[in-house]
Amino acid sequence: MSSVAHDASLFVPPAEVEEVELYHPKTFVGKYIWSQDAKIIAIQYAITAIGIGLVALVLSWVMRLQLGFPNSFSFINPSNYLQFVSMHGMIMVIYLLTALFLGGFGNYLIPLMVGARDMVFPYVNMVSYWVYLFAVLLLTASFFVTGGPTGAGWTLYPPQAISQGTPGASWGIILMLVSLAFFIIGFTMGGLNYVVTVLQARTRGMTLMRLPLTVWGIFMATVLALLAFPALFVSAIMMILDLTLGTSFFMPALVSMGQQSGHAGGNPLLFQHLFWFFGHPEVYIVALPAFGIVSDLLSVHARKNIFGYRMMVWAIVAIGALSFLVWAHHMYVSGMNPYFGFFFATTTLIIAVPTAIKVYNWVLTLWRGNIHLTVPMLFAIGFIFTFINGGLTGLFLGNATVSVPLSDTMFVVAHFHMVMAVAPILVVFGAIYHWYPKITGRMLNDTLGKFHFWVTFVGTYFIYYPMHYLGMMGVPRRYYAIGGTDFIPASAHFVNEWITIAALIVGAVQLVFLYNLVWSYFKGKPSGSNPWNATTLEWQTPHTPPRHGNFGPTLPLVYRWAYDYSVPGVDQDFIPQNVPPREVTRTSNKT
Amino acid sequence: MVRPWVPAEGIVEDLGDRDTSSRAARKLALRVFLAVVAVLFTLLVIAYAGRMAYEDWRPAPQLKLLWANTFVLILSSVALQWAQYSVRRGQMDAMRVGLLAAGAFTVVFLFGQVLAWRQLGAMVYFEMTNPAIAFFYLITGLHGLHLLGGLVAWGRTVAKVWGDFDVAKIRHSVELCTLYWHFLLGVWVVLFGLLFSGNNLDILLKLCGIR
Repeated sequence: MSSVAHDASLFVPPAEVEEVELYHPKTFVGKYIWSQDAKIIAIQYAITAIGIGLVALVLSWVMRLQLGFPNSFSFINPSNYLQFVSMHGMIMVIYLLTALFLGGFGNYLIPLMVGARDMVFPYVNMVSYWVYLFAVLLLTASFFVTGGPTGAGWTLYPPQAISQGTPGASWGIILMLVSLAFFIIGFTMGGLNYVVTVLQARTRGMTLMRLPLTVWGIFMATVLALLAFPALFVSAIMMILDLTLGTSFFMPALVSMGQQSGHAGGNPLLFQHLFWFFGHPEVYIVALPAFGIVSDLLSVHARKNIFGYRMMVWAIVAIGALSFLVWAHHMYVSGMNPYFGFFFATTTLIIAVPTAIKVYNWVLTLWRGNIHLTVPMLFAIGFIFTFINGGLTGLFLGNATVSVPLSDTMFVVAHFHMVMAVAPILVVFGAIYHWYPKITGRMLNDTLGKFHFWVTFVGTYFIYYPMHYLGMMGVPRRYYAIGGTDFIPASAHFVNEWITIAALIVGAVQLVFLYNLVWSYFKGKPSGSNPWNATTLEWQTPHTPPRHGNFGPTLPLVYRWAYDYSVPGVDQDFIPQNVPPREVTRTSNKT
Repeated sequence: MVRPWVPAEGIVEDLGDRDTSSRAARKLALRVFLAVVAVLFTLLVIAYAGRMAYEDWRPAPQLKLLWANTFVLILSSVALQWAQYSVRRGQMDAMRVGLLAAGAFTVVFLFGQVLAWRQLGAMVYFEMTNPAIAFFYLITGLHGLHLLGGLVAWGRTVAKVWGDFDVAKIRHSVELCTLYWHFLLGVWVVLFGLLFSGNNLDILLKLCGIR
């Protein structure tokens, strides 16, 4: 690697980064519909993901109505309750969070933050979105087919998922599986773009160890997704074949209602292994972008460099690698060899080490920082609390001996909602409040933002804290009604009512957020190009919102890492990555 | 103590020695894609091995035709290697011959695989509920689909090698096709050698760490 000390007298070589030929459309359709601009594609991804996410939000309301006030609503029956549970889970994990973090934030931020004009394969990037949209439409179509969507739970375990008697066991499950296959094909197109853009299209001076942690998080999550999704892909295809052609990959010989099923020799456990070989990295596919983004939010809004940058990068890499070695901790009750349980419990607990390093570093970044309690900062701090709480219950569930009695209880539901639903979604909100000014040129309304934060943050604790206690009492998950079970006290019903009311309120507040997004787009305060005084390249574009090509006639040259905030001996509170040393005003010679 | 703001400030690192061209990007993208495909087939091999370990495993009958198909696929890879060798030496006619031969051999291979499907389907052993047979159709089908996708890229390359063309671009395309074909040949050799050429249960289980 060549290094050139740069000062005013030093010659900087001409651009080594090859200018990409961008397709500049003239029509509205070319610019905003069949767009090849990563920023527009990002917005398309985000709108689609949030749209389908709202459907999943409504489904969660309906589920909670049944749990809080059983037998009060005629439109909820045991079958469609299971369908709502299944669709809620799958939509939130795959079609909202994965798509929003990688397709949404990945597309918007990667080219801007690495100093590229666009993704390296803009056309493939565009196709990626349209395949994703097709997958979403297929999934949505399952609400309207005979038998409705699948009710097999988001894990889609066979033989139940494709056996008669399970809701949606004919068309619903097929549409789900085909939709997943298309989602994975679309994601692979996008994922190749994200990885190659980070590795290949960084501007001059942007070394890997100068990348903002947001890019590191999204990059590593994409690598995980590229390596994990094939497991879901093959299992989806194998299950479709079991259902349609009568193969027996997963389906054992079954007698149902006195009749032979026609299958023989399949192994349902094989599906569980394949599913969780994808499913556990999926947790980190959602978490790693959140880790990266929250690091940048904390640094910018505490006006302090991120603590332990290199450690943060290696922690992301270590978490990514370890995430492939823990999948069977989701299968402790599947009858596995206890030695396997011991192995997977150990690897699971080892992940706590790099994860704890990250949490300590976030807290140390805040330590003696000039903390601005802006809305993005509130969400970032809310994330730290929630992630710690969710992570701690993960220590319970990671231990096989503790996990077995808690399996399939509400404790599990409370744990994974805290750690991989609420925590990442708080980061999504923080990130939207943070980057909305760059995307639209206007600030989101601060008062509405704070209202949105406090109700969401406190409300989720009203929902999920009591849920842990329900789980410890033995209240099972996925049950339409717990009925008159002896070991569940009457107080559990009061807790369920409480949780439902909190969930309805938290859900409703998201409408305030949507209102804020729309209102601010037209009436919000103009933001200027860099309202947070941030150092990273996306805030240094000549236009806000950035135009196609991002950086005007010349690409930026990077002189420093992304975290020069409150540098000792420097006048400015922050030094953008592309500011050369000669333009930095120093108050003394000390650095 | 590392203080990134001190040594890093004002240093413009990473100049010039990183190939940032779109060709390098395409090559990297193909390699990343091949990693994804490798994971896909590795998982299928592990699933196959895991299923083999059960006592009720009934192996699929062996098809001699697969040996011939393997030989044809090797020929297609050799032909592409020849095309790559030729384009690097500026021998365009030889490159065209190599390209066309590779395509022809690949079509013959795919045709041979379909014949193998039909042979197996006509046997008395054929039973769709036998996982060995279902795996055979699934794995050969997925491998064939990847080759079909390769033929699309091959077709785009062949369409450009007549008349005036940019030699550097064609060389790049031929190199990518060659890499892809070699990879899929490697995948097929592993699949055929481990799964479809006899009962290699012991080897498989040792490889997968099951025994």
